[in-house]
Amino acid sequence: MLTYVLRRLAATIPVMLIVAVLVFLMLRLTPSDPAAIIAGDNANTEQVAEIRRRLGLDQPILTQFVIWGGKLLQGDLGESFFFKKQVAELIADRLEPTLSLALCTIVLAVLIAVPLGVFAAYRQGSWLDRIVMGFSVLGFSLPVFVIGYLLIYVFAIELNWLPVQGYQHLSQGVGGWLLRLILPSLTLSVIYVALIARMTRTSVLEVLNEDYIRTARAKGQTEIKVLVRHALANAAVPIVTVIGLGIALLIGGVVVTESVFTIPGLGRLTVDAVLARDYPTIQAIILLFSLVYVLINLAVDLTYTFFDPRIRY
Amino acid sequence: MGYLRKSIAGLAVAMAVASLAGAVQAQKTVRAVMHSDLKILDPVWTTAYIVRNHGYMVYDTLFATDAEGKIRPQMVDAYQVSADQLTHTFTLRDGLLWHDGQPVTAEDCVASIKRWGAKDSAGQKLMTFVAGLEVKDAKTFIMKLKEPTGLVLLGLGKPSSNVPFMMPKRVAETDPNTQISDFTGSGPFVFKRDEWKPGDRTVYVKFDKYKPRAEPASGLAGGKVVKVDRVEWRAISDHQQAINALLAGEIDYIETPKHDLLPLLKKDKSVKLWDYNPLGNQYTFRPNQMHKPFDNPKIRQALWYAFNQKDFLDAVIGDPDYYKVCKALFVCGTPLSSEKGMEGLLESNFKKAQELLKEAGYDGTPVVLMQSTDLDVLTNLAPVAKQHMEKAGFKVDMQAMDWQTLVARRAKKDPPNAGGWNAFLTSWVAADITNPIFTGFLNSACDKAMFGWPCDPEMEKLRDQFARETDPAKQKAIAEAVQVRATQWSSHLFLGQWYQPIAARANLAGILTTPVPVFWNIAVN
Amino acid sequence: MIRTLGRNPSVVIGAIIVAFMVLMGAFAPLLGTIDPAEIDPVFRNKRPGVERTVRAADGTETHYVYRFGTDTLGRDVYSRVVYGARVSLIIGVTVALLSASIGLVVGLIAGYVRWADGLIMRVMDGLMAIPAILLAMGVVSLSRAGLLAVVIAIVIPEIPRVVRLVRSIVLSIREEPYVEAAITVGTPTPLLLARHVLPNTMAPLIVQATFICGSAILIEAILSFLGIGIPPETPTWGNIMAEGRSLFRIYPHNIFYPGACLALTILAINMLGDGLRDSLDPRFAKRV
Repeated sequence: MLTYVLRRLAATIPVMLIVAVLVFLMLRLTPSDPAAIIAGDNANTEQVAEIRRRLGLDQPILTQFVIWGGKLLQGDLGESFFFKKQVAELIADRLEPTLSLALCTIVLAVLIAVPLGVFAAYRQGSWLDRIVMGFSVLGFSLPVFVIGYLLIYVFAIELNWLPVQGYQHLSQGVGGWLLRLILPSLTLSVIYVALIARMTRTSVLEVLNEDYIRTARAKGQTEIKVLVRHALANAAVPIVTVIGLGIALLIGGVVVTESVFTIPGLGRLTVDAVLARDYPTIQAIILLFSLVYVLINLAVDLTYTFFDPRIRY
Repeated sequence: MGYLRKSIAGLAVAMAVASLAGAVQAQKTVRAVMHSDLKILDPVWTTAYIVRNHGYMVYDTLFATDAEGKIRPQMVDAYQVSADQLTHTFTLRDGLLWHDGQPVTAEDCVASIKRWGAKDSAGQKLMTFVAGLEVKDAKTFIMKLKEPTGLVLLGLGKPSSNVPFMMPKRVAETDPNTQISDFTGSGPFVFKRDEWKPGDRTVYVKFDKYKPRAEPASGLAGGKVVKVDRVEWRAISDHQQAINALLAGEIDYIETPKHDLLPLLKKDKSVKLWDYNPLGNQYTFRPNQMHKPFDNPKIRQALWYAFNQKDFLDAVIGDPDYYKVCKALFVCGTPLSSEKGMEGLLESNFKKAQELLKEAGYDGTPVVLMQSTDLDVLTNLAPVAKQHMEKAGFKVDMQAMDWQTLVARRAKKDPPNAGGWNAFLTSWVAADITNPIFTGFLNSACDKAMFGWPCDPEMEKLRDQFARETDPAKQKAIAEAVQVRATQWSSHLFLGQWYQPIAARANLAGILTTPVPVFWNIAVN
Repeated sequence: MIRTLGRNPSVVIGAIIVAFMVLMGAFAPLLGTIDPAEIDPVFRNKRPGVERTVRAADGTETHYVYRFGTDTLGRDVYSRVVYGARVSLIIGVTVALLSASIGLVVGLIAGYVRWADGLIMRVMDGLMAIPAILLAMGVVSLSRAGLLAVVIAIVIPEIPRVVRLVRSIVLSIREEPYVEAAITVGTPTPLLLARHVLPNTMAPLIVQATFICGSAILIEAILSFLGIGIPPETPTWGNIMAEGRSLFRIYPHNIFYPGACLALTILAINMLGDGLRDSLDPRFAKRV
């Protein structure tokens, strides 16, 4: 088990290296010029050239990469071109809102989707099943920002139940924190609910036809017990997989959702950094997201052993 | 014993009451959404408007422009000019303090003027006249000139980017091409560096020891009395969401509400619109004189006949209450405003434009027109320009990009097909373009001019004459000559004036009429 | 096989809707539209149903009804939505074809050429690890915003998924007795691939491509929302919505009509994909 984990961790190193090279090349090949953006609207050509020199952007690409890579190995993400702050500090500031949003979304999605999926499977072919399946297709069909605007319009503007936008730090009170997270999480969870509900339904359906379910029923266990203890437990592996796969989807959704709801998280930092061509920040964020993606998929693989003792590494 | 217990009880009650009173007298905070997020903090180093606005919070100025456009002393108490107009003496008023409690000295101001004079275009021009800056005593300094110029007050009272903000000597001695890292000012608000989260919020608190002038506030001049404890600039990039948040009371103030959304605000009683900047802004079209086809003055001339201001203004602003057709280079409503030389121009006389193109031998070289698509007040300009130009016989290749890309690209002198450009449209705050020296697009010093690089010795001569002139009547005559020359050489075309109201919750009072949004004098009721 | 498909209701419904949208895009000029890029500063932000009368120089009058209203530049939303079908569908189909074919080739190589497998799969892992939206944002900012840049930006993150799929199929097929037999007999590799591997790959690949087509149309909309999509002169459902979103509360028609078309189309494509999967590839259906 431990050797397996170590081997998997070691395998992430070349992946991250490839990510680093890809991201670096992608940014340096862009025709845009961070120096001109920093200099402001009325700056002249010499001022821009001066800033470019200061940022080291006049060096050959290889030199720039070596400098950046060297610092990275020492754990130094560099200083943001734009914000005059350490990138590590910028990211640390933005971590809480994004983590809160992601966690809330996953919890909300699982709480909604798993029961829906189980019941849809249990009553296969019923109207409930049809609605769940219909919704699961529809969930993939609307852009996140449209869902966001619709929810805002209904719950924040017309009904006036929830705030329109914003984020409150957890340290300022759980109530305000949760209140402001409801709409964004709901927005982001739609596609996730669709994905998980579908997967749950399929997996539970498969399990329900197995012999041991019939045995359990024959033994006179209640339907709820059969569903939860046997069917759901055995369907857990594919469900966990899909949650892991969905992380990529979630990261993309975070970028849009944070923009719509003005949440000062990593997603908005990404958009700001991309628009400002803030290379050190973009590089750091993409590396971070990639690492998270790789690690979560590792974690997902490991949970298999927990849910399904037959799987051994 | 009983006495002690009683007094402890009394103390507890007093504390409870005090904390209750504190809760009732909650901090007065203005939560504002500005036109952009604050990312850079040096208003002398960059010309970005948001950094200028930040400058007015944190720093003070020697002179300031009042509501009538007159330049009045602000940090300065007494100002004397010698009979030969070569020696200007400035004395600071009493009680000026930096945010760290140190007094403001003449030394600080001299260092600040030098840094600004090295960076700002008007400052650079002024410095060509200056023979020396001398500190006389702690509160007095002297500016000696080589020859008389009207630029001393015009420069030191410059209301918009780059504003000559006063900084402590240790800060002002920073190389002008390096950003400052110490944000101590002497202005009415203190910048809270620890609460500054770029992309989220910027926080200012009232500077308790700021000593406002006795006169009432007028424009940027007069007493800067702060009536709130705290100002927070919140970054909300989505216009619709900013308006929703204002209507829901989640924020108090929007600097630039989108014009198309104003009807939503007008019908809501909880919100008030303030027309704070009566001179407004001016749209401009900038051709690149380095490359075909706009290297030919006659082809540029055709643009004056192809365009009309109303179409541009209709397409972007829409509501005539917020725009004005105005054929004055230095903006309608200013002392130098004039319509001289504008007969027949900007009236979409496509026939005349076509004739000019024919005479000039326009060969169908496509015009690379850059369109910025992420700033609402600019997005719709380029399609209108394209339509007008096509009707005049131009071939137009409109390329969409975000403003940041446009800013990067317009600095490139390469030919249009190799990453360069032919034209773009932008907007200027009136305060930036009220005379031939401030107006950056008039700088016609070829390579050294702003992007577009017009090359016109005649214009440079006129601008120099203006700088040397101190008599207002003669200044006006020179300004008119500049305008006529501008229509002939076409450094840029002006496409009308527009106004941006501030939207604020109805309980906000005292938003001043200024060329730049400021937060002193605002009260929360 | 066609008959099997015809019995699957979600395939039939999906196909009908998709066909309708394709026809709408193809015959856009004949559907009573005007130039979708034509601006009219006076006729901006008009609600659906507003009529415009144009008087020509010779005194004749023509009427035009803005069925879906106009946008902030006075462009006809109806024409933009109809023409938008073209571009949105072209993006979907091109992305699906490109990523499927590139993924197929790379996947075949990875699955068949042992020494290349490690390298290719590490690069694919790297690409997969970068969130698709971020990768697309990076690629779009590489070049002039336009159809090509957007298509490439969406294709690149999709490729690794196709490669993985194809490779896993190739690997499993290699173990089949009849393929092993073919190898021992000395069948040349191209023939081997063409005869045994390709046919087995086709069904799952078609299913995968269908889903890619749907998600590409959605990603284009999101790129437009982030301000890095196709320039608004060329209408797509995504950029009509992205442009109209800030006026959502006053003029919802800018979002409603393109949004309805977009949702309906993707719904149809996904139904088609589900149906295809159930009918063509039951094994695949079990896996995902």
